[in-house]
Amino acid sequence: MVHNRFRDFLVKEFKHIIRDPRTLLIVILMPVLQLIIFGYVVSNEISDARIAIYDKSNDYLSQKLTQKLAASGYFLPVRNIKTDAEIDQAFKAGDVKLVIVYEPNFAENFIRNNKADVQIITDASEPNTASILANYAQAVITTFTNEQNNNGISANRLDIRSRMLYNEELKAVYMFVPGTMVLILMLITAMMTSISITREKELGTMEILLVSPLRPSQIIFGKVLPYVSLAFFNTIVILLMGYTVFGLPLRGSLALLLLVCFIFILLALSLGILISTLSKTQAIAMFMSMFALMLPTILLSGFIFPIENMPKVLQWLSLAMPPRWFLSALKTIMIKGEGFAYVWKEIAIMLGMTAFFLALSVKKFKVRLE
Amino acid sequence: MSIIKITNVSKSYATVKALKDITLSVERGELFGLIGPDGAGKTTLMRILTTLLLPDKGSAQVCELDVVNYYRKVRNILGYMPGQFSLYQDLSVEENLKFFAGVFGTTIEENYHLIEDVYKMLEPFKNRPAGKLSGGMKQKLALSCALIHKPEVLILDEPTTGVDAVSRKEFWGLLRKLKAEGITILVSTAYMDEASLCDRVALIQKGEILGVNKPEQFAKEYPYRLFSIEHPDVTLKLNEVRGFNSCKGAYLFGGVLHFSSINNNETPEGIINQLNGIGISNPIVKSIDAGIEDCFIQMMES
Amino acid sequence: MANSKNDIVIEVKDLVKRFGSFVADDHLTFNVYKGEIFGFLGANGAGKTTAIRMLCGLLQPTSGDVKVAGFDAYTQSNLIKANIGYMSQKFSLYNDLSVWENIRFFGGIYGLWGKELKYRADELINNLQMNDSRDVLISSLPLGWRQRLSFAVSMIHKPPIVFLDEPTGGVDPIARRQFWEMINEVAASGTTVFVTTHYMDEAEYCHRVAILVDGKMVALNTPANLKKEYSASSMNEVFISLARQGQRVE
Repeated sequence: MVHNRFRDFLVKEFKHIIRDPRTLLIVILMPVLQLIIFGYVVSNEISDARIAIYDKSNDYLSQKLTQKLAASGYFLPVRNIKTDAEIDQAFKAGDVKLVIVYEPNFAENFIRNNKADVQIITDASEPNTASILANYAQAVITTFTNEQNNNGISANRLDIRSRMLYNEELKAVYMFVPGTMVLILMLITAMMTSISITREKELGTMEILLVSPLRPSQIIFGKVLPYVSLAFFNTIVILLMGYTVFGLPLRGSLALLLLVCFIFILLALSLGILISTLSKTQAIAMFMSMFALMLPTILLSGFIFPIENMPKVLQWLSLAMPPRWFLSALKTIMIKGEGFAYVWKEIAIMLGMTAFFLALSVKKFKVRLE
Repeated sequence: MSIIKITNVSKSYATVKALKDITLSVERGELFGLIGPDGAGKTTLMRILTTLLLPDKGSAQVCELDVVNYYRKVRNILGYMPGQFSLYQDLSVEENLKFFAGVFGTTIEENYHLIEDVYKMLEPFKNRPAGKLSGGMKQKLALSCALIHKPEVLILDEPTTGVDAVSRKEFWGLLRKLKAEGITILVSTAYMDEASLCDRVALIQKGEILGVNKPEQFAKEYPYRLFSIEHPDVTLKLNEVRGFNSCKGAYLFGGVLHFSSINNNETPEGIINQLNGIGISNPIVKSIDAGIEDCFIQMMES
Repeated sequence: MANSKNDIVIEVKDLVKRFGSFVADDHLTFNVYKGEIFGFLGANGAGKTTAIRMLCGLLQPTSGDVKVAGFDAYTQSNLIKANIGYMSQKFSLYNDLSVWENIRFFGGIYGLWGKELKYRADELINNLQMNDSRDVLISSLPLGWRQRLSFAVSMIHKPPIVFLDEPTGGVDPIARRQFWEMINEVAASGTTVFVTTHYMDEAEYCHRVAILVDGKMVALNTPANLKKEYSASSMNEVFISLARQGQRVE
């Protein structure tokens, strides 16, 4: 009987979702659109990026490579640098985004020693741009190397040393895909569940549900379960798009990745439930989700602004941001390809947070109206 | 034994005393009306009975079960229709009903005889979303949902507010039928004229019970002589009329003035004479019985 | 009441409003006179709201003639708006503003300012005997006071006509009567009061009432005459016997 009641409740919830096609469409299309927009914004910046050349060798090969870079259309050499100190000046002045450094005796090393050093230095305070510029420069240099080898001088190589100034670890590579995932999951699970629960309060139906034999836990789980499935569906869509369209690597285990996503969905849900117990109207629930969840997610999780660049206080604050741990786990699994041993801490923290928020909401959820 | 028993219940919100020491009981099988204006405390009292609010002081029992300690059991024997209950707008009539049946662990078929009358009225619209029903139809659907689990006690919070006269009449007809089925009904309303449709009523104002009685008994116990005065100009001379020596109160009932007199020997002629004195000639004055509103006004003033 | 041609303040002839194939108002014809309390009754969905919107210049009629305060509803809707007062049960005053702030705001909307606004506001507050409550927030006033204040505020610019959309309801019997006494005074001073309601006991207070069923006007008379005609003891009964014919659901 109890099981039956719960099923009836679930059926009703799914009907609510399906009967509101506009919201459903937004929920399904939003991740796709957001990914495309982010992707577009990021890739759009790469055209005639202003670069500086620090040519310590100044021979035919280094000049040829510089020409090749300029001819690619991505880069526009605007400045020649003569000393190490000038690199910093160039970045600080803000007129170049990337510096190419050739070692002394570049051509000679390439032919005699089969190995020459070329260094790419980028301004990683704009991490997305920096990483993409560096990738493009690498691609041009690799093509260049291949061309040189095809000319009959075989097996010579250019050692490319890429260095990101100001943000050495390059946290933001591919960050927009996981970042979008965080936003979407937060939005769908936390905001939508809190709104759907408060809507019942506004309608007055919550009074009936409370007075009915349904238990509070049944009401809550009935409310959240549809959104878990919706959120999980979105996760898959985002991952697929990231993988196919944006070439996001998946170096680690898919199962582990999905597990981490699932745990994050639970975490976001527990936040949504907490918000719904604290707010009386849909408008308040929406407001709380926006300001208490979305803004910190965007600003403090390391999604847009690298945590390392934040003031200490904000760095500490970011430790309390659930998305931070999720992003960190995602990166570890997808980009570094590490296994469970490297993400257990994040998983434990997220589970802990979930338990904390759930306990708080159960305490706050009333079997009465007050 | 009373099926609903409220003993010395008080309840305050932040700054407002919603209920002040209310004692009230409803007998099994009664159609009991809780009548008073907005803000009188009707909803608060009903929410305490439906276990949704805790009283600050006092106690309440439904079917001899304390509403605080045995709230789960109480919830099972109650049918409740909250004031602003508007159902799930996006679900159809039938889906709403099925859902609430399911929530209470029953089916529409099981207690169909109870909701038959209401449901027949709703049937032509059974596939229509509840949000697209008229006010009267919504109330009927809400009533069906509250009845679906065959409750012993039905608590209805202002079911007829905002509903037109025809639907109100139908709704009260349905309540009488349910009463005949043996269901005890506690219903609140701000419409004074609905008092006569109840077996007994409690008049409530500012958190206090002004009086509990059978509706016709209220009129019989009205302490003053009451007269109706009809004249086109009388509505504008209220202050003069209120200045009459024997005047206890003078209030408009539509175009007619109800004049209550503290003089037990007052006659229509005497009043006509006084009215002539303030320039009102040829008024129609009759001695009348008090209605529930006259009683309410009198109790508010005393 | 002198019901001469010159005293007509609302003139409606063959007024029709269609929404697609749906006829919300079907050839309404009536006049409302100066100083009259005119009740416009009907169930939800009978076409009351549509009609009142056209009279207030908020909605263009499909066909028919409408003149309000001497202005044409098709071409002079802005003049109509400036010459009517409007009060509704749903929205009347801002709960989080004080009595004085509400008066100042609504006075401002109707172009009152400076000394004139202050004079009108003081007069209004005096008439309502609310001198002690000038700076009290609306939310902490009793419902009955709020109603009377909101009625007074809707007439701050001294319009010849005031529309009351479901004005009372939910107040105690004494407060309700105080409200109607105020309406009587206003009407006696020459202002026309147009009341829409589905509460039939309100209808008893009107000089004349029009009853709408499914967009058509099925009755137009004084409450006393209607009760006689339908041998009913109350307007509620009159309405029920008339509305039984109706089929339309909101």
